[in-house]
Amino acid sequence: MDEDGDLSATIAQLARRLKRSHLHAEMERQARECLHQPEIQLDTLKEDVRNFLRISGWERMLQNAVHRELHVGGLPPSLLTAPPEHLKEPLAYMRKAQVSWERRILKSLNSMSTELAVPLARMRPALERQELSNKWNEMGTDEPDLSRFRPVYAPKDFLEVIVALRSPNHHCGGEDVGAKSHWGLVRVPLDVKDVAQLRGAYAELSLAAGQLGVDDNAHIHPDLFENDYVDIGKRALAERDSAAAQQYSRRGCPTGLRADLWALILNSVNHSQDVMHYEQLKAGVLQHDLLVDNLIYKDVKLTASNDDYYFVFEDFLYQVLLCFSRDAAVLEHFKYNSATPPKSYIRGKEGDEDCAVFYPPNGVVPFHGFSMYVAPLCFLYNEPSKLYSVFREMYIRYFFRLHSVSSACSGIVSLCLLFERLLQTHLPQLFYHLRQIGAQPLRIAFKWMVRAFSGYLCTDQLLFLWDRILGYDTLELIAVLAAAIFAFRAENLMEVTSLASAEAVLADLSTLKVVPLIQLFLFAG
Amino acid sequence: MSADDATKGVACTLKPPVFLHLGGGDAKTHSGVCVIDVALPPGKTVNIETITFKNFYTASVSVRLQRRRPGQEGAAEWRTALGDRPLMVNPHTEAGAQDYCNIDRKQMRAEPDDVCAVRLILKQPSAAWRTFGVEDVRIFPRTQPEADKEVSDWLSALALVERRPQDQGPVDAASVSCSLQQMWALTQVMQSSQSSATSVGRFDVDGCYDIDLLSLT
Repeated sequence: MDEDGDLSATIAQLARRLKRSHLHAEMERQARECLHQPEIQLDTLKEDVRNFLRISGWERMLQNAVHRELHVGGLPPSLLTAPPEHLKEPLAYMRKAQVSWERRILKSLNSMSTELAVPLARMRPALERQELSNKWNEMGTDEPDLSRFRPVYAPKDFLEVIVALRSPNHHCGGEDVGAKSHWGLVRVPLDVKDVAQLRGAYAELSLAAGQLGVDDNAHIHPDLFENDYVDIGKRALAERDSAAAQQYSRRGCPTGLRADLWALILNSVNHSQDVMHYEQLKAGVLQHDLLVDNLIYKDVKLTASNDDYYFVFEDFLYQVLLCFSRDAAVLEHFKYNSATPPKSYIRGKEGDEDCAVFYPPNGVVPFHGFSMYVAPLCFLYNEPSKLYSVFREMYIRYFFRLHSVSSACSGIVSLCLLFERLLQTHLPQLFYHLRQIGAQPLRIAFKWMVRAFSGYLCTDQLLFLWDRILGYDTLELIAVLAAAIFAFRAENLMEVTSLASAEAVLADLSTLKVVPLIQLFLFAG
Repeated sequence: MSADDATKGVACTLKPPVFLHLGGGDAKTHSGVCVIDVALPPGKTVNIETITFKNFYTASVSVRLQRRRPGQEGAAEWRTALGDRPLMVNPHTEAGAQDYCNIDRKQMRAEPDDVCAVRLILKQPSAAWRTFGVEDVRIFPRTQPEADKEVSDWLSALALVERRPQDQGPVDAASVSCSLQQMWALTQVMQSSQSSATSVGRFDVDGCYDIDLLSLT
C-alpha cells in the first residue's frame, strides 16, 4: 500500500467533510474574535491563533470531531477510487442478496398501502397539526386502530435471507455432518475471529483486570477498585477527550457518568444544535403523516409498551422514532451501509429525477422490534433532543449493521457465523445435540443479536454490554455473549429434546450477569 | 503517450490465464498457481507508474517484468518486481476477495522502466474456491511531474500581507490597520464562498411529499 498517499487522501477527505460542519464555522468565528485580544501579535498571527484555539479547548473539540469521522465510516480505505457500491459492500453476491431482500420489503410496503387504502405520505391539515402539537408529549395516550397494520418484517424473516446466502465461487461440500464441516446455518466463509484472537482483541476484559459489572459488586469494598475507577472516569470527562472516554468505556462506565461519557464518545455534545435540529424534525412530523408512522406506533405498542422496564418511556419512543423517520441527515450513512434507501417520485412526476424523494425521508424502514434500539437510552437521557442525537449516532455507527446483509466484521452475517463457530469449536457436544433435535442454536440466538440484547437482558446488564460496544467500536461481543449464554446453560440444554423446550430454557435471560459470562467464556479454560 | 493512456491505462492485451497443474496425464491436480501474461503493444516500452486490477479470490500476487533497455543487446531480461504480495488476509475466507488493488512503482523491487511485458503470478492455496483470478488489469504509465500547483489568490495575498511588516522599518499604525483590514476582507470572502453549515435537509420537493408508490427499480 502506498501509505503516504493513502494518508494524505484520507486527511483531504476528512478536511472536506469537516469544512461543511458547524464546528468549522464556530472555530472560524472564534478565531476572528480572538484577534481582539492583546496577546495576538500580527507577525506571529498564525501561531498565536493556534495557541488560542488550543488553550480555549477548540483544538480538543476538533480532535473529537476527527475521531468521530474516523469511526463513523465512509472513508475509502485506499487511494484507488473503487466504485461507490464497493464501499457499501465489496462482495457482489451480498449486494445482490441485499437488493432482492429490499425489493421484498418495498413490495410489502406498496401492497400494504394499496390494500389498506392508506397513502404512503399525506400532508396533515392544519387542525390535525395543531392537535398533534398539543399532545406531542403524551402520544402514548392515543389508542389509534392499528389492527390492520402488520410489521413489514420480523427478525425471523431476515434470518431466512441470511441462511439462504451462498457464495457462488465457494465449494460448498456435501450436506453430511462431519468433523470438518460447518454444522450451523450460515454457509458463507467470512473471516471471523477465533477465541485466541478474541482474547487479544478484548484484553481489557481479562480476568486480571478490574471491571464494572464484576468488581463493583456490593460484596467488594469500593476502595479496591470502584472509587478509583470512578475518579478516572471523572477526569476523562473533564478532559473532554473522545478517544480517552472510548478507551475508558471498555471496562464499563459508572452509572452516574455513563450519559456524559457516551455523548462524549459519540461526539454528540452540541446541545443548541441538537435542539434546533430536533425542532425542525418535529416540524416535519407535524407537517406530514407517513404510513411508517403507523408501523412505529404498532411496534412500540407490541414491544416496548409490553416490557416491564420500558413501558414508562412510551411517549419518548414515539417522539424519537417519528423524528428519526424524518431525518434526511441519516441518508449519509448509506454510503457505507450495504442497504439502499427506498425511492419514490412525486405523484404525476414518475421518472423525473428532480421530483425523486426517499421514503421514509431517512431511508430506514422499521421492522418488528426496532423501537428496542431506543428504549435503553431512555434510562440515560431525559431530554428528547439529546436522546435523539445519541440514538441517531448509535444507529448510524452500529445498529444499522444488525439488519442489513453485508460482509463487514460487525455485520449481522459475521456475528451469526462467529456465534456458530464459537459454539461448534468449544461446545461441540451441545451443538451436535441441539442440531439433532432440530434446534439449531442460531434460530434461538438470532433474535437476541438483531436487537443487541435489548429487551432480553435486564437494563443495567444491557448497558454494561453497550459500554463495551462503544468502547471497542464493534458488535462482536454480542456474538460472544450469545455463545457464552449457551455455555452457561449447557447442562440444561443437553437434557432437552425439542426446539420448544430449548427455547424455554433460554427464554429468561434477565438474571444473567453479562461481564462474568463473557470473561468466563473467553479467558477461563 | 496519449491522454487516454493516463486515464484508462496503456492499451495492453491480457493473455488467457494459465493454471499450473501438478502431475501429468489424467491425474492432474490443481496447484493453486495461475499465470497471466500482459502484453504491451509490440515494439513499445512503458515506464510503469501503477498497475491496478480487481481481485477475484486470489490470495497473493507476484509481478515479474520484462525490460528492454534502450541500446541493450540480446534478449530482454525478466526481473521480479513484487514477490507474493498478499491480497486476502486469510485465503480460506472472503475478506479481500473482491477488492480493488493497486501496485505502485514505489512498492516494486525493480525499476519498472522500459517494460515490454508484465507477468502476474497469482496464487490461491485454498481448496475452498472453484476458481480465482484478477479482472480489469490496467497499467498506468508514468506521467510528467506536475507543474507547481497554483496557489489560490487569497493564499498568495495573505502571504504578501505576512511578509510586508518584515520588509518595513518601524511599524506605523496606518499600515498595520491597512493590513488588518485586508485580513478582514479576506475572511469575509472565504466565509461567503463556503457553503453554510449543514442545515436540516428538506425531504420534500417544494413542500410537496405526495408520493404514489415506492419505485422497485
